[in-house]
Amino acid sequence: MPAPTNSAGNPLTASDIRLSVEQVSYAYSANPTQAPLFTLEASSFQARPGEIVAILGPNASGKSTLLKLIAGVQAPLSGRVLLDGFITHSLAPRIRAQRIAMVQQDSPLLFPSRAWEFVLQGRHPYSRSLRFETENDINIARNALAQVGAEHLSDRWMDQISGGEKQRVILARALAQQPLLLLLDEPTLHLDIGSQVGLLDTLRRLAAENRYTVVVVTHELNLAAEYADQIVLLQKGRSLRVGPPSAVYQRELLEQVFQTPLSIESSPSGRPRVTILPGANS
Amino acid sequence: MRPLTLQRLFLRCAVLAAILFVVVVIALKLGAVQVSLYGLGLDLLHVLLRRTTALSSNYDMIVIDIRLPRILLSIVVGASLAVAGTSFQALLRNPLADPYVLGVSSGASLGAILTLIAEPYLAVPLAFAAVATPIGASLGAAATVTAVYFLGRRDGQLDSNTLLLSGIISTSFLSAIIMFLITTLAGRGDLRGMSFWLMGDLSSSLQPSLHWVLGIGFLVATGVIYTTASDLNLLLAGEKEAMHLGVDVRRVRIVVYIAASILTGLAVSVSGAIGYVGLLVPHVMRLIFGSDHRILIPTSAFGGAIAVVIADTLARTIVAPSELPVGAMTALAGAPLFIYLLRRKFA
Repeated sequence: MPAPTNSAGNPLTASDIRLSVEQVSYAYSANPTQAPLFTLEASSFQARPGEIVAILGPNASGKSTLLKLIAGVQAPLSGRVLLDGFITHSLAPRIRAQRIAMVQQDSPLLFPSRAWEFVLQGRHPYSRSLRFETENDINIARNALAQVGAEHLSDRWMDQISGGEKQRVILARALAQQPLLLLLDEPTLHLDIGSQVGLLDTLRRLAAENRYTVVVVTHELNLAAEYADQIVLLQKGRSLRVGPPSAVYQRELLEQVFQTPLSIESSPSGRPRVTILPGANS
Repeated sequence: MRPLTLQRLFLRCAVLAAILFVVVVIALKLGAVQVSLYGLGLDLLHVLLRRTTALSSNYDMIVIDIRLPRILLSIVVGASLAVAGTSFQALLRNPLADPYVLGVSSGASLGAILTLIAEPYLAVPLAFAAVATPIGASLGAAATVTAVYFLGRRDGQLDSNTLLLSGIISTSFLSAIIMFLITTLAGRGDLRGMSFWLMGDLSSSLQPSLHWVLGIGFLVATGVIYTTASDLNLLLAGEKEAMHLGVDVRRVRIVVYIAASILTGLAVSVSGAIGYVGLLVPHVMRLIFGSDHRILIPTSAFGGAIAVVIADTLARTIVAPSELPVGAMTALAGAPLFIYLLRRKFA
């Protein structure tokens, strides 16, 4: 498909914009004749290589839907998502998987597999149907495990490692895809605080080193403030505010979105920090 | 890290092929007529050299003319059912799925019976007659798998228990129709008995042309499924996962459903509904070789062949001179194993 290009042939005007979400919307209805059960109103934001974007919002605000639209596995009702000038939904599945990697909330396993087998799955978009893994694939998988600090898990069974370790291996599989865009759907959901910080530190280091553009869906206010360069705040399918944490984290706004009284200070890192005020509205 | 290589795949297949060969030789030897291993070797050599007139005695001719085709049929039927079972288990993400449990075999039986009933009324060209029953059976299999797939969904998602229940319900419903048809058409000589279609039987002889249809059909359908082997590995982790890893889920699903239905149809049209092979063989192979479909599909094919040759040999020898249907044999061995797997909470 023809990508929008400027006179020099570079995609888009700002050549360092990698991900451009342009007015995407989506409606879900069980029955086409009825009113949609859920709608995501037009949302837009842009992200550069090395940048971490957090899609923030309470439950059922449309975070995961927006992520699916970005991933290109679902067609938007209107608008488009461009990755380096290509519409993500129109890419062939194999090509898409070479550019976009997704870490889902949980990866259920029907039959047990070892961590290295799991990570090698990330090489699937690069292999032909009847080909076996090459030396190169194995090196990339090994390297991916090393990058997330999980080499020692290589020969362990996936169902016998802890939640934090499993999340690292899943991240390693995404790295083995050698993507431009790394998407994570609530990656810290079932992790203890140490594992959460460990995972997000790793993510920030990887985004800087490998120049990934990272989009994370989360409802963890403080973790998002601490790690994200940009926040997309969603409520009931509406994108309320897009910008750096300091611009989005305003008390009235967050209180209204999350339906709970809270206060906002500045953390030692200069980022906003949210404290919930229990019992204030009872 | 020890990823699969072509060499390791061939090695495993070679071991299984050797086991299959030994089983075939024993199966040729066992039966009402005893033959010596030496005589058997000599006869097989003559057959291979196409010098059937040089067979040492009439008894040996019987062994070669009757036992050998039946064993070859067992091999193709067993391999087809096992590959179909492996495919259904991966596609439906259900380790207890197989053509028989899902009612697909019954659907194929019904398809085959309906084709046999309709054949005299349709102007079927003679060249087409040999493939008509397998095609009818494949269509019956495809229709049943589609029905069971949609019946087994709950809130838009495949539900393991609902799926198995709808398979069981389909089986009993289709079996009732089969009984009705066979009872009302009892006078027709070309319709085989009830036990054939409901239990599975390898005792009836076939037209030679059907052997070719079976062999080629098996190789093509299995080859097609094998090209999707690494996609199936990812589908096991869920359709969403597979999609994000570059699998064209819709295409793989359609291709494998059709190929697995053809395999079931081929097997059922010549042997009736033999149960448990497609369920248990992939399990055993998975325990031995792991769950990578690049190795699971060929090893299951060999395993299915070995299992059915053994089952059919037992079926025709343990109550000699009478015979059991081979499906009774596989059910005798398979049902307890099925319960064991169910209890292990594999599902």
